[in-house]
Amino acid sequence: MATNVYMEALSPTMEEGRVVKWHKRDGDVVKTGDTLAEVETDKAVMELVARADGVLRQVSATEGQTVPVGKVVAVIASPGEAIGASAPARAPRAPAPPLAGSGEQGAGLHGESGERGAVPDDGSGERGAVPSGATPADATRVKASPLARRIAREQGVDLKILTGSGPGGRVVKKDLEAAPPAAVASRAVTAERTEPLPAPRSQAVVPGGPAFEDVPLTQIRKTIAKRLVTSLGPIPHFFLTTEVDMERAADARDALNQQLGDQGKVSYNDVIIKATALALVKHRACNAWFQDDHIRYWNEVHIGMAVAVEDGLITPVIRYADRKSLALIGREARELAEKARSRRLQPNEYTGSTFSISNLGMFEIDQFTAVINPPEAGILAIGSIVPKAVVVDGQVASGRRMRITMSCDHRVIDGATGATFLKTLKQMLENPLAMLL
Amino acid sequence: MASQFDVIILGGGPAGYVAAIRSAQLGMSTALIEKDKLGGVCVNIGCIPTKALLHSAYIATLLREAKDFGVEAGAVKTDYGVAMHRSRKVSDQNSKGVEFLMKKNKVMVVKGTGVLQPGRKVKVGNDVYEAKKAVLIATGSRVKGLPQIGLEINKTTVISSDEALFLEKAPASLAIIGAGAVGMEFANIFHAFGTKVTLIEALPRILPLEDAEASEALSRSYKKRGIELIPGAKVKKGTPGKDKVTLEVEAGGATQKLDVAAVLMAAGRAVNTENLALAECGVQVTERGFIKVDQNLQTTAPGYYAIGDVAGPPMLAHKGMREGVFVTELLAGKKPHAIKYDNVPSVTYCHPEVASIGFTEDQCKERKLDYVPGRFPFSANGRARGTGETEGFVKILRDKKYGEILGAHIVGAQASELIHELTVARENEYTVEEVELAIHAHPTMSEAVAQAALDSLGRVVDM
Repeated sequence: MATNVYMEALSPTMEEGRVVKWHKRDGDVVKTGDTLAEVETDKAVMELVARADGVLRQVSATEGQTVPVGKVVAVIASPGEAIGASAPARAPRAPAPPLAGSGEQGAGLHGESGERGAVPDDGSGERGAVPSGATPADATRVKASPLARRIAREQGVDLKILTGSGPGGRVVKKDLEAAPPAAVASRAVTAERTEPLPAPRSQAVVPGGPAFEDVPLTQIRKTIAKRLVTSLGPIPHFFLTTEVDMERAADARDALNQQLGDQGKVSYNDVIIKATALALVKHRACNAWFQDDHIRYWNEVHIGMAVAVEDGLITPVIRYADRKSLALIGREARELAEKARSRRLQPNEYTGSTFSISNLGMFEIDQFTAVINPPEAGILAIGSIVPKAVVVDGQVASGRRMRITMSCDHRVIDGATGATFLKTLKQMLENPLAMLL
Repeated sequence: MASQFDVIILGGGPAGYVAAIRSAQLGMSTALIEKDKLGGVCVNIGCIPTKALLHSAYIATLLREAKDFGVEAGAVKTDYGVAMHRSRKVSDQNSKGVEFLMKKNKVMVVKGTGVLQPGRKVKVGNDVYEAKKAVLIATGSRVKGLPQIGLEINKTTVISSDEALFLEKAPASLAIIGAGAVGMEFANIFHAFGTKVTLIEALPRILPLEDAEASEALSRSYKKRGIELIPGAKVKKGTPGKDKVTLEVEAGGATQKLDVAAVLMAAGRAVNTENLALAECGVQVTERGFIKVDQNLQTTAPGYYAIGDVAGPPMLAHKGMREGVFVTELLAGKKPHAIKYDNVPSVTYCHPEVASIGFTEDQCKERKLDYVPGRFPFSANGRARGTGETEGFVKILRDKKYGEILGAHIVGAQASELIHELTVARENEYTVEEVELAIHAHPTMSEAVAQAALDSLGRVVDM
């Protein structure tokens, strides 16, 4: 009995998935639990695993193709089982005519001695063996011109990660030339691919070249687009800004880091996460979700932390941030950020936050507003800590200050509600000991 | 009220009529405006009639050599007039064929001279036609003389191909100015019909755009049969008389006087962009006079496109035809395959024929490409020996590292047909290995292509 391989819903919000790479090829023997393919969901790159033992057949989704959830992308057949019109994927090769002195003919598709002879053709060894038209098209095969294959092989470029511009998405020479040299080099040495997505390339503008380049929306970009218009459009945002004296927070952080020594480091971001979480405990009114006909006030505090990734952003969640130590928050934050950047976040690691923080301090942004991450009711935008001329006891002195701006969903939070929360947060940051209260 | 069409095409040459057919196939209402016969220069006074005349010339040559093949044909007499009338029939049949295709595809053909108007309109006489999608300018080109040295085309002693194709008699002597495709073909035709032909070329070699080895092969072949060649020549002065023309030609530091019965101007073409009201519609032209187009062949005026010769070089029928298909598919919302302008074959139908694609060897050198040439002469090809067509060769320029076919050059009896194997290969980015791996029937001229591919890999078999 053949088992269908479906595009599975690999995350709660996933409606379609893009096949990044097939780990198994048409005709490969697979066991239950084997990774068949990497699939890019709306949030991350996940693995599609085999649900049966057998032979992978009729792979119908090509690498790079986006497939709706529930669609059959391949079949796992019992060994020897005939599937539809499928002939054996590897028909026995007709023996080469025994010509004297033609030893090079048996070496593969390209028989030239030395230069190409011994190199197996790029993942498509059956090219020379399968009678054309005998098998259904194998979508695990990369479409590429012979010249493109040759150049890719010699330069160590993985054809699978290129977008083909030729007929039927075929990779042609031009596509290889368009690949930035640095990327080519890194592809050559990176066995583990962590950035398989077509990102907009910052190519030098060539006079007389094309006026524009259309880059298909990646899954994450599509999700960002969808979610942002459900935020800034329908949600009545308002903004509250305050300036925080960071002198004591800075001193406290320095002291903590000195004490921690080799055992880790506490960043301003960790301090802000912790302080925000504690302030939210005191102001449940701001730790809430707007749901169409009700508001859900959360008793738990889960802080979403916006992380910039290559092609967009994602907000991994520090759960129970109010109850965790600064050191633990710091460790988790770093791990999650790293996972986000390598697109290895699991769905439970980026869903369920009750309040979010976006920090652009490291980009020397003084102050900005962030777009609410629905259904949350608020988000904090953290600016950079800058030395400023401040008045202390009637004297002008230098002091480290940080501007924070809270975006509030007015359906949940009113001006005074937000302001009192912000005041508590400001007090905690200005007097870190208050966190112990 | 202006008559409305989705697409209006101005000019019924190869670019225009192919665009019209494709446009209609794609379900767009289409009008084609032509002031003369359908098919344009190509069908009526270009590609098609010259090929008919060249075949007459070929038969004359064959009959002269027939004795060696065991066939006695007696004294061979030629009559250019008869050949000319036959070529006219061929042209007329082809033009009627285009007319039939227009009817079959329900393309509205408007006879008359079209003038563009703003708002995607074309005026023909008192009628105005309006395009809902686009106006395609496909008005083509014409031959031009050299009035600055006294050689203005007078249609009797100073003629262009337009007149040469209607001569009742071959002239006793003929100077042809320009040894590109047109000059080479007429030299071949008239020489076979008994004319004393002198071929004058300004650049240092005949067929200056082809590979130097191709030029050399043709140079040898023409000289051997008695066609005088003066390359690197400057025509300083031309004095047309009543039934002769005197030319002063400077070449190699010396000036010579040449008295000929007629001069055929085969150098240069001018595009037909005058009296179209281009400027009024915002359609700009380039410094060289071609209509300025973007990568989609759209002119500087939105909704106006240019295809064929007016859109720029190479001025070849097959390039215009493809542009017609490209633009109409674009207009129909399709994503047409981009035209590879570096993969347009170039063919001269003289005998032996010359066909090429891609870079010449000199161009490879100029670009400092690391290439390996592969050559195979037809003198080593069994089929060519059998037919006595041993002149010429196949030459393939292979990129040393990746095997890309950088260029291919064929001189030989069937070069115009043989080149397409390499055109298909280049279009699909096959390397020389793929060409060689395809089994070629034996014995054929095509085997020379496979052998040249092998030679570029350093393992030629038959030589």
